[in-house]
Amino acid sequence: MVIYGVAILAGCYLVGTIVGEFIGMLMGVDSNVGGVGVAMLLLIVIVDKLVKSGKISKPALDGLSFWNQMYIPVIIAMAASQNVVGALTGGPLAIVAGIAVVAVSWACVPLLSGKPKTDEDISLLGPTVGGEADA
Amino acid sequence: MLDVILDVLTSNGLVTAFVIVGITMWLAYVISNKLTRGMIHGSAIAIVIGLVLAYFGGVATGGSKGLSDVSFLAGIGFLGGSMLRDFAIVATSFGANFDEIKKAGFRGVISLFIGVLLSFVVGVIFAVMFGYTDAVSIATIGAGTVTYIVGPVTGAALGATSEVIAISIAAGLVKSVLVMVGTPFIARFIGLNNPMSAMVYGGLLGTTSGVTGGLAATDPKLVPYGAVTATFYTGLGCLLAPTVLFILTDLIF
Repeated sequence: MVIYGVAILAGCYLVGTIVGEFIGMLMGVDSNVGGVGVAMLLLIVIVDKLVKSGKISKPALDGLSFWNQMYIPVIIAMAASQNVVGALTGGPLAIVAGIAVVAVSWACVPLLSGKPKTDEDISLLGPTVGGEADA
Repeated sequence: MLDVILDVLTSNGLVTAFVIVGITMWLAYVISNKLTRGMIHGSAIAIVIGLVLAYFGGVATGGSKGLSDVSFLAGIGFLGGSMLRDFAIVATSFGANFDEIKKAGFRGVISLFIGVLLSFVVGVIFAVMFGYTDAVSIATIGAGTVTYIVGPVTGAALGATSEVIAISIAAGLVKSVLVMVGTPFIARFIGLNNPMSAMVYGGLLGTTSGVTGGLAATDPKLVPYGAVTATFYTGLGCLLAPTVLFILTDLIF
């Protein structure tokens, strides 16, 4: 059933968020530390186990796949809810510092990720159990 | 007549948002295919349209949540709010390769620390260049260039003025918007085409909305790898900025 996939996703999300809150508490920070990251790792491991042992049905995977593909629409809604006016009216310091930090960080990406690879390396991503996320 | 329509749209906010976002994406893909012959990815155009709409929404309402401050479009704020955003980000990991994450794990962690430190230092340099001399203001602006959440958290902890906190939030917003829009264009120049570099990217830039939005417009397959590191970034920034990084700033200035 489709809901099984959605429920697995939702369960991982909640567990991850709770773990993230606890990590935040332990660190003495009033913020969720890595909750989403924990949830992602959890989901990857659980789905991998279920797929390999054949315990998850096609409709259940479709439930996961649906939300996987809803990601870009959600991001567009997020973009439409950003405080763009705030970014543009924050004064020259905010704009210059914001641009500079992005430029410097971009420049450091190749330094940390090793030598730039060719486009062929994208094939490393291999066949995925997920649906097409290209929509 | 118009009242009845607006009432229906307002009381069915999330469903209205599905329609608006659907139309936006359709329009963006038409522009992508017809005007740029697929050169610029449809989702990149859709994100830019979203940001432009957010600008007009902000101007029209004076609010801080873009288009979703328009009452009958509030559902867009829910669809793009933190709950569904994080839920959908977790869903992107369905299809990610755990071995790739393990392989890049160490560099991902290193890039997180370097990313927070580097962003903070850049912010500090510009705060000093613009004439700030007290460690509290300098550290708050430095924290703002980490992310727009770290800025106000740090500012509140250190007792910075509201003007400085506003600047720190704005700097973080500029970063986030620029990453969202710029990632697809810069990707080929910085080798951003594999899981390893996507994880480093998430760790260095760190703004979750910027990184995941930017990667989605570059290659949706890279999103989970960038997101898995980026989601630790703001927390790490909230931990380091008001403590270690402030103490170091205070020693220097």
